[in-house]
Amino acid sequence: MLEKHERIEKSATLLFILSFIVVTIGGLVEIAPLFYLKNTIEKVKGMRPYSPLELAGRNVYIREGCYLCHSQMIRPFRDEVERYGHYSLAAESMYDHPFQWGSKRTGPDLARVGNRYSDKWHVQHLKNPQAVVPESVMPSYAFLANTDVRTDDAAMHLTANVRVGVPYTKEMIENATKDMIAQANPDSDGADDVKSRYPKAHVRDFDGNPKRVTEMDALVAYLQMLGTLVDFKAYKAEDNLR
Amino acid sequence: MISLGKMAIYGVVFVLALLAAAKAHDSLFAVSAIIFALASAIAIIVTARRTSFSTNVAQAVSGDEYLDGVVRAGMIATMFWGITGFLVGVTIASQLAFPALNLEWAFTNFGRLRPLHTSAVVFAFGGNALIATSFYVVQRTNGVRLAFGNLAWFVFWGYQLFIVLAATGYLMGVTQSREYAEPEWFVDIWLTIVWVAYLLVFLGTLYKRKEPHIYVANWFYLSFIVTIAMLHIVNNMAVPVSFLGSKSYSLFSGVQDALTQWWYGHNAVGFFLTAGFLGMMYYFVPKQANRPVYSYRLSIIHFWSLIFMYIWAGPHHLHYTALPDWAQTLGAAFSIMLWMPSWGGMINGLMTLSGAWDKLRTDPIIRMMVIAVAFYGMSTFEGPMMAIKAVNSLSHYTDWTIGHVHSGALGWVGMITFGSMYYLIPKLWNRDGLYSLRLVNWHFWLATLGIVVYASSMWVSGIMQGLMWREYDAQGFLVYSFAESVAAMHPFYVIRAIGGTMYLAGGLIMAWNFYQTVKGNKRNEAPMGVVVKAA
Repeated sequence: MLEKHERIEKSATLLFILSFIVVTIGGLVEIAPLFYLKNTIEKVKGMRPYSPLELAGRNVYIREGCYLCHSQMIRPFRDEVERYGHYSLAAESMYDHPFQWGSKRTGPDLARVGNRYSDKWHVQHLKNPQAVVPESVMPSYAFLANTDVRTDDAAMHLTANVRVGVPYTKEMIENATKDMIAQANPDSDGADDVKSRYPKAHVRDFDGNPKRVTEMDALVAYLQMLGTLVDFKAYKAEDNLR
Repeated sequence: MISLGKMAIYGVVFVLALLAAAKAHDSLFAVSAIIFALASAIAIIVTARRTSFSTNVAQAVSGDEYLDGVVRAGMIATMFWGITGFLVGVTIASQLAFPALNLEWAFTNFGRLRPLHTSAVVFAFGGNALIATSFYVVQRTNGVRLAFGNLAWFVFWGYQLFIVLAATGYLMGVTQSREYAEPEWFVDIWLTIVWVAYLLVFLGTLYKRKEPHIYVANWFYLSFIVTIAMLHIVNNMAVPVSFLGSKSYSLFSGVQDALTQWWYGHNAVGFFLTAGFLGMMYYFVPKQANRPVYSYRLSIIHFWSLIFMYIWAGPHHLHYTALPDWAQTLGAAFSIMLWMPSWGGMINGLMTLSGAWDKLRTDPIIRMMVIAVAFYGMSTFEGPMMAIKAVNSLSHYTDWTIGHVHSGALGWVGMITFGSMYYLIPKLWNRDGLYSLRLVNWHFWLATLGIVVYASSMWVSGIMQGLMWREYDAQGFLVYSFAESVAAMHPFYVIRAIGGTMYLAGGLIMAWNFYQTVKGNKRNEAPMGVVVKAA
C-alpha cells in the first residue's frame, strides 16, 4: 500500500484530483435523489406562495436572525405534536428559499404559530417580550413598528422567486406592491384581491397603526400564516409513502 | 510596470465600487460598496508608495527566500479576530442570561451578533490561522518560497476584506440565514475569488517543491482548500433581487435546501475546523515534540477515510425532520463510522509524543497541543454519539449541541491554534523564545478550565431542557410549559458566560505575551518544571 500511495504523494495533480473526487461522492448520493423522490417533491393541497407582505415579513424574520433561536420543524414525537401541532411536512417548506427549519430552540418552535395568538399579543410580545412572557430572554423588536416596510420593489422580490421556481403568476407580480399595501388595509379596494390571489391570507391592520404599513405589519402577517395552509383533515400521509 | 498595472486594476475596481454605491438598490448594499471602494483606494495608495518609478532598480527580494511577512501578518490577524470573536461570544452568552444586554437596539440584538460571533471565530480566527500556518508549512516542508509572487498577500488582504464585509453586513442585517454561510451573494463572490487565489498559491507552491514527497500536513491543507471551495459554491447558489442590491433568494427550497445547507454546515466543521487543523497537528506537534509522526501508514488511512466519510455526515443535523428516513440513517451510519478515522488521527497525534511525554511537565506549549488532541478525541466521540437517532431526539434543538460545538471549537481548534502560534511567534520574529512560558501556563489553565465550565454547564442545561420538553405526568399531560424550561436555563447561562470569560481572559494573556515577545522582551521568571530539591 505504501509503495502505491507513493505515486499520489509525489504528484500534486493526482493528490488534488483524487481528493476532490473522494469528497464529492457523499453529497451526490445524498442530495441528488431529493430532487426526484416522491415524498420530497410531493404537492400538498393548500400550499401557495407567500403573499408580498408575508414575504416581506419573512425577510424581516431572516434579517433579524429569528431562525437562530426558533425552529420551524416539528418532529413526529408525541410531546412535539401535542405542544406545537401536526409534524411538519416536506411540502410545507416547498416555497421557502431559503428553508427556515432552524437548529436550536432557545425559544419555542414556530412552524404552526399562525392563528395561535392575537395580532395584539404578537405586537406587544415583539415590542417587549418580558411584558407578556416574564421568563423570556428574547430581545425587543420595538423598532419594527417604527420602520416602514419597503413596498416599491415587491415585484422584484416576486420575480427573483420565480427565477428560483416559485409559481408566482404575471398578475401576482404586476400587483405585488398594491397587494402588499392592501393586505394591511382591510378597507381598501384591493383587499379582496389579496384574498383571492392568496387563499387564507390574513387581511388586517396587524400592528394597530392603520396609517402606515410597517415591518411589524409584515412580520406579524407572516407569523399569523405560519403552518396554517395545509388542511390536515384532508391530508393523507399514506398518499406520499416513499 | 507590474505595479502600474495593479494600480490601474485597483482604480477600475474603485470607480466601479463607487458607481455601485451610488446606484445601489438599498442602503445596505451601498455601505458594502463604499467599504469595497475604500479598500481599493487604500490598495492604490499602498502600491503607489511602494513603487519605484526609476527603471533600473534591482528587485530587492530574491526569489528563494521564504515569504514570511504574510505569515506574520496572519498571526496578528488571528490574534486580533480571536479576541474579537471571544468577546462577542461572551457578550451574546451574557445576553441569554440577561436579555437587557440586548440594549433595545437592532444592531446589538442577539440575532445579529450571533452570526458575528460564529463567523469571527470560525472564519476570521480559524481562517486566518489556517491560511497563515498553511503558508508557513507549505514553504518549510517543500523547501520553496510561496508561488506567484505577492499573490499570497492578495489572499491575506482579500480575506480580511471578506471578514469586514461579512461582519458589517451582519450588524446591518444582511444575511442569507444559512448558518456559517450567512454572507450574501456579493460577499460570497468576493470570497470565491480570494479562495481561488489561495488554491493557486498553495498548489503552485506544491508544484515547484524541492522535496520529492508531499508531506502529510499538506494533504490535509489541500483537501481543506478544495472541499471548502466546492461547499461554498454549491451552498451559496442564489438569485439576487437586484445586481445592485443586498438581498438574494437561494436556488433550492425546503428539503433540498436544508440538506444542501447541512451538507455544507457539517463539512465546514469537517474540513474547515477539522481537516485544516489536522494539517496543523501533523506539522506542529512533531516539531514541538521533536519527534517524527507516530505512524506514517496511519496517516494515509486517516487522511483518505476522514475526507471520504465526513461528507456523508450532514443529514445527522436533520434527524426526524421532513428529510427522508434513508438519508437520515445514512448520515447517522457514516457519522458513527467517522469515529474510527477521527480516533485514528487522535492516536497518531498523541503517540507522536512517545518518548517525549516528560515534556508535558516542562513545556506548556506541548501541554496545549496535547489537550487540543484530547479534546479532539472527546468531541469526535461525542459527535457520533449525538448522531445516533435516539440520542439526537433528546439533544437536538438543545444547548447540548452548543456545548458539543464549543468543546470542539474551544478545545480542539482553539488550543491547537494557540499551541502552533506559541511555536511560531518566536521563529517568525527571530526571537530566541517567548516572553514568558509561565504566562502560557496561565493561558493553558484558564482556557482548559473555561472549556470545562462551559461544556459541563451546557451538558446539564441541554439534557435538562430536552427532558423537560418531553416530561409527562401520570395523567398523560405535558408537565412543563416552554417558558418554564427557559427559566430553568438561567443559572446555566450565567455559568456558561463565566466559562467563556475565562477563555477570553486566557486569550488576552496570550495577546500580551505575543506583544512582548515581538518587542523582544523576556520576562524574568523561574523556568517551568524545575524539580524542587528534596529536603
